[in-house]
Amino acid sequence: MGGNIELRGVGVTYAGGAVAVRDVDLTIAGGEFAVFLGPSGSGKSTLLRTINRLIEPTTGTVFIDGVDVRTLDPVVLRRGIGYVIQAVGLFPHFTIGANVGVVPALLGWDRARIARRVDELLDLVQLDPATYRDRYPRQLSGGEQQRVGVARALAAEPRVLLMDEPFGAVDAIVRASLQDEIRRIHRELRTTIVFVTHDVDEALRLADRVVVIAAGAVAQADTPARLVAAPASDIVRSLVGIDAESRRLADARPLLERDVR
Amino acid sequence: MTYILRQPEIVATRFGEHLLLTFVSLAIALAIAFPLGVLVARRPRAGAVTLAGLNVIYTIPSLALLAILIEVFGLGAPTAIVALVAYAQMILVRNIAEGLRGVSPAALDAADGLGFTPLRRLLQIEIPLALPAIVGGIRIATVALIGIATIAAWIDAGGLGALVFDGLHQDNPDKIVAGSLAAVVLALAADGTFRLVEKRLTR
Repeated sequence: MGGNIELRGVGVTYAGGAVAVRDVDLTIAGGEFAVFLGPSGSGKSTLLRTINRLIEPTTGTVFIDGVDVRTLDPVVLRRGIGYVIQAVGLFPHFTIGANVGVVPALLGWDRARIARRVDELLDLVQLDPATYRDRYPRQLSGGEQQRVGVARALAAEPRVLLMDEPFGAVDAIVRASLQDEIRRIHRELRTTIVFVTHDVDEALRLADRVVVIAAGAVAQADTPARLVAAPASDIVRSLVGIDAESRRLADARPLLERDVR
Repeated sequence: MTYILRQPEIVATRFGEHLLLTFVSLAIALAIAFPLGVLVARRPRAGAVTLAGLNVIYTIPSLALLAILIEVFGLGAPTAIVALVAYAQMILVRNIAEGLRGVSPAALDAADGLGFTPLRRLLQIEIPLALPAIVGGIRIATVALIGIATIAAWIDAGGLGALVFDGLHQDNPDKIVAGSLAAVVLALAADGTFRLVEKRLTR
C-alpha cells in the first residue's frame, strides 16, 4: 500500500541562521495516523513541509517508500501527496467541483473520470455532490470549506496526506465532527496521515502515534495512551498533562474504536 | 457642434485613428507590462528599481517625450505609439504587481502544495485572482492614453488631436470642439466599459 515516510537526520536552518528543526529521525509507517504535537514555533509545520519539499531540509534526507524525495521533481512529488492547510486555500474563482478535481486535472485525467471522482469525494466528506458541485467556496461555511479542502487533497488517491492544523480555524463543535470524519476516512482509505496540531485533545483523539515536538526536536513519539501514562520528559508532561479530560478521552478511544469496528 | 454634423466622415476617420493609436499602444504596453509586473511582485528590490525607472518616464511631459522620440524615430504614428506605450507602463506595471501581491497566501500555499508548476500557478490562480486590480490599471491607463494621444497629432500621428490642431491653425473653434468632444466621449466610454468589467469580476 505504501506511504512509508522516513526522516533521517532532518534539520532546517533558515537563511537568518535560526534553527527551526534539528536532527530529526523518525519513521512513519504506511497507513499510520501520525500527529505532530507541539506549541507554535516548535518547528512542527516546518518539519511537515519538508515531506512535500515546500521546505528543503538543510541537513538530512526525507524518504517516501525508500525514495529520497530530492531525486523527484517537486511538482510530481506534490501531486502524489495530499495537502490540507488551516487557511484551507480553496481557489475562490473555481467551483467546488473544480477545486476538488484540481489535482486530477493537473495529472491530465479525462473529464468524465474527474467528474466521477469529484462526486465520489464529495460523498466521502459527506457533502451532497448535486448540491455542492457547482457552488463557489464563498457560499460555504468554514467547516464545509475544510471538508472540500480534505476532498481536494484526497482526489488523486495520494499515498500520504499532510494536514497542517487543518481544523484550527473552525469552532469546537464543527472541529469535533471534522475530527470524526478524518478518523473515519483514515479507516476507510488507510492513507498515511501526518497531522500537525498544537491542540493536545485533538492529538490524543486522532493519533495512532503522537510525535511531540519541542524546540525543533522530537521529544517523544508514542501512542496516545503511553504518552499520557509515561511522558518521557518534563516538557512532554507539561504539554500532555494539562487537563484530565484529555486523559480520559485517550483512555476511552480504543474502546470506542472497537465498538465502531 | 456643427462641424460633427457637417463632416461626420472626417470626425469618424479621426475617431478611428484615435482608437487604433490607443488600443495598439495598450496591447503592446500590456505585453511588456505583464512580465514586468510579475518581476515587481516577485522581486521587491529589482521591482523597486523598475518602478523608479518607469516613474521617471511617467514624469516627463508628453510633449517633451514626443520631441525626444522624433529625434530617434521621426514623425508619425509609430513614434506616438512608442510614447504611449512608455507612459502606460507605470500605471499597468504598478497595478499588475499590486494585484499579484494581493492574492491570498493560502491559495498560493495550496497551489504549491498540490503540485502546480510556477507557470500554471501564475496563469490559473494568480492572474485570475489579480484580474480586478489589473483591469483597474487597464482602465486608468486607457483613459490616460486617450488624452495623451490627442497630443500625438502634433507629430503627424493623426487621431482626434488632428482636429484640434487644425482648428487652432484655421481659427475654427467648431473643429476644436468637435475633436475635444469626441475624445471626451471616447474616454468616458472606455472608462465606463472597463468599470463594468471590473464590477463583474469582483461581484
